[in-house]
Amino acid sequence: MVGQEGAAGTARSLDATREWLERNLHSTSIIETERFSFFYGKEQALRDVSLGIPIDGVTAIMGPSGCGKSTLLRAFNRMNELYPNTRAEGAIRFLGQDLLKADAVAVRRHIGMVFQRPNPFPKSIFDNVAYGPRVHGNRNRAELRDIVEESLRRASLWDEVKDNLKKSALSLSGGQQQRLCIARALAVRPTVLLMDEPCSALDPKATDRIETTTRELAQELTVVIVTHNLQQAGRLSDHVAVLLADGVLAEYGSTRAVFASPSNEQVADYLSGRFG
Amino acid sequence: MMAQATTEGQRRKRAAQRIAFTVLTLSTVSAFLALGAILYSMIANGASALSWHFLVEFPRKMMTEGGIYPALVGSFYLTVGAVLLSLPFAVASAIWLSEYSRGGLWVRVIRVGVNSLAGVPSIVFGMLGLTLFVKVLGLGVSLLAGALTLALLILPILIRAGEEALQAVPMSFREGALALGATKWHAVRTVVLPSAIPGILTGLILGVSRAIGETAPIMFTAAAFYMSRLPETLSDKVMALPYHIFVMATESPNYFRTRNLQFGAALVLLGMVMVMNLGAVMWRARVRRRKQW
Repeated sequence: MVGQEGAAGTARSLDATREWLERNLHSTSIIETERFSFFYGKEQALRDVSLGIPIDGVTAIMGPSGCGKSTLLRAFNRMNELYPNTRAEGAIRFLGQDLLKADAVAVRRHIGMVFQRPNPFPKSIFDNVAYGPRVHGNRNRAELRDIVEESLRRASLWDEVKDNLKKSALSLSGGQQQRLCIARALAVRPTVLLMDEPCSALDPKATDRIETTTRELAQELTVVIVTHNLQQAGRLSDHVAVLLADGVLAEYGSTRAVFASPSNEQVADYLSGRFG
Repeated sequence: MMAQATTEGQRRKRAAQRIAFTVLTLSTVSAFLALGAILYSMIANGASALSWHFLVEFPRKMMTEGGIYPALVGSFYLTVGAVLLSLPFAVASAIWLSEYSRGGLWVRVIRVGVNSLAGVPSIVFGMLGLTLFVKVLGLGVSLLAGALTLALLILPILIRAGEEALQAVPMSFREGALALGATKWHAVRTVVLPSAIPGILTGLILGVSRAIGETAPIMFTAAAFYMSRLPETLSDKVMALPYHIFVMATESPNYFRTRNLQFGAALVLLGMVMVMNLGAVMWRARVRRRKQW
């Protein structure tokens, strides 16, 4: 869906994409939602959410359970529509193009995702990481090997698995599996990486490794992360969006500003741990 | 007073518990006894017939001597044929039901239809096979007509097993593949279906053991009373183990002299079904242990 000569050819660097954004759209937001609402059947999960995801840094989406934060994240790569009876209103633009009207399969090539629970395929480590490139038609053994190594390095898993690439991915620990899933997402060279509470099933040590990896990745691509963990959002993110019950965007800004002086009383309550 | 009332109540509850336990135990024991009695009479009457020659020789002297070789081979051909004809359709239907259909009235009707098909008496399949394959399509009484009839018989079993196997594949596998930009079909082909294969194979073995033991569906469509040679083409008639037992027990002029042959053949059939079912159970257990999702 992204123009061939245009913004985010897969190999293009973050800098080039930023330059393109500024020149053509006079913006630094790689994804923009405009009065975006989402419905599961008759139930409304998101209400008129308007925000821009900056191309640089990590953007955290926070809020109490059931506030629609995962729904918002999954709207960015059109995963919500896997379930029947869903409906979207408003607009989401990715690099200026209408994301909701684009081909979902093409969208997901540019916007990767890491899920709440590690979900490696029951295949070898190598085949897991090579899955995406193979989907997109790469059959060249040598190229695939290079992509797998590069992706595993970027997900800081390479040193642990380089001698066991043929081993089943299910034999890895939970934290390793999640980093494998990050590598698998990176292998298709996405422009944006969505992370849906990626540490919620992991112990503190594994969480720490994922966070470090995420910070490093933010140098090369745009990261949007859903988390219910205030400390994690504080440590990890540069921008934070807080959704409150009923799917209303209550607060959005730089993490430091939002944490220091939330403008909304309910958000202040939420951030001080009084509910949610 | 209160204390006495409680102990009285407790005693009654304990008695009820004991009665329930006894009834349940007796039911289980009698079920086992019935099964044991059948097994015992089969072994007592048939064991003397079992030998290597019994398995690899043709029947002789109006089926009063010799073995069951052509019936064994015929049953094998019929069953393999039924599976080859049925499996592709069953897997395709299961994929459609599990992955593509979006619920709704039609899908519910189809699912109910499949399930009721599994409960249709096998003689009905026999009549259908006779009408459709033997007469209308002009296949005659043949290996092909019998295999097609058996294929219809096991189709609902395979579809249901396949759908269950596909449903057991975690949603997160599909999401993982789709999130990488795979199309639905690609995700099904490369991730979902491979993960479901053990379940599909278990269903297959159950279907095979059903098909191999059926008499009614092949009686009018494929089975031969006696053949002096093995079937050579799809349009040949075949002997088959269950029909062979039926014939020896009812149609043969010497049925009283062949008791041990009848029971021997029944034992072989039972043994084959048991081995296949045991294999299915063990396979499933092994796969369950290995997969960690």
